[in-house]
Amino acid sequence: MACISPDGKPTASGTKVLRALQAGLKSPEEVAQDTGLPLFRVRSGLRELAQAGLVVERAGKYEITDKGTALIQ
Amino acid sequence: MEEVKEQISRIPRIGEPAPAFEAATTHGVLKLEDFKGSWLILFSHPADFTPVCTTEFIAFAEIYPKLQKRGVELLGLSVDSVSSHIAWVRNVEEKTGVKIPFPIIADLSKQVSLAYGMIHPGESKTETVRCVFIIDPNQKIRTILYYPLTTGRNMDEILRIIDALQTTDKNGVATPANWRPGDKVVVPAPNTQEMAEERLKQGYECVDWYLCKKKL
Repeated sequence: MACISPDGKPTASGTKVLRALQAGLKSPEEVAQDTGLPLFRVRSGLRELAQAGLVVERAGKYEITDKGTALIQ
Repeated sequence: MEEVKEQISRIPRIGEPAPAFEAATTHGVLKLEDFKGSWLILFSHPADFTPVCTTEFIAFAEIYPKLQKRGVELLGLSVDSVSSHIAWVRNVEEKTGVKIPFPIIADLSKQVSLAYGMIHPGESKTETVRCVFIIDPNQKIRTILYYPLTTGRNMDEILRIIDALQTTDKNGVATPANWRPGDKVVVPAPNTQEMAEERLKQGYECVDWYLCKKKL
């Protein structure tokens, strides 16, 4: 998996995405700009993080959840 | 025979929407729609740990920065597993020092290969031939190249096609044979006699009314 390791912890790129979302609700394009990750990686990563309950989607933008925040403390 | 017919009938064509897919890759699960807004080169290779493919992957990695400058992403594919792809790209890096920076689809189910007509049974029933699909930001197929198993692809030509397509889209022109960026471009042929007569007065370099070039 690209953003989550088999042990359930975020990978380096997953952590980058989660940290970018700590500043608030962001679109995939904004996350790509903040992290320097390619947009396709951000889109697939956000999908994966959402499936794991670490982020939630709100009208095309993403927000980190409490579970996501706890994993990068 | 039926299977061969089915595979041939599924080969997509230039101008059509690129077939959607969701596939396991070396960069996680990717969907075609993840690339929306970027140009995408989807290319297949016959198998990991094979000589011609290795030279091609090194060559694709070498042009990757040039492609990124042009807003183009690369996505490889073969009928191998993710583990095989990972082992191969690690081996390439270890032996040659070249890191493969783009994802590779592990198409063990052949779902993507068949949707894109990448398996040509006359060449190999199990391996994908060397296909290149250039897909635009609207996810329409703009160019298709097919090479046999024994012939490695020409990266200069792939870059030239990208430059030509982007120049065409930006300026509403066409590009002549062997065109390179900076060369004169072809002005679209006129559709009416009036336009043909006007064309000759517009200061273009014309062989005749139907073949005029201009500098951009």
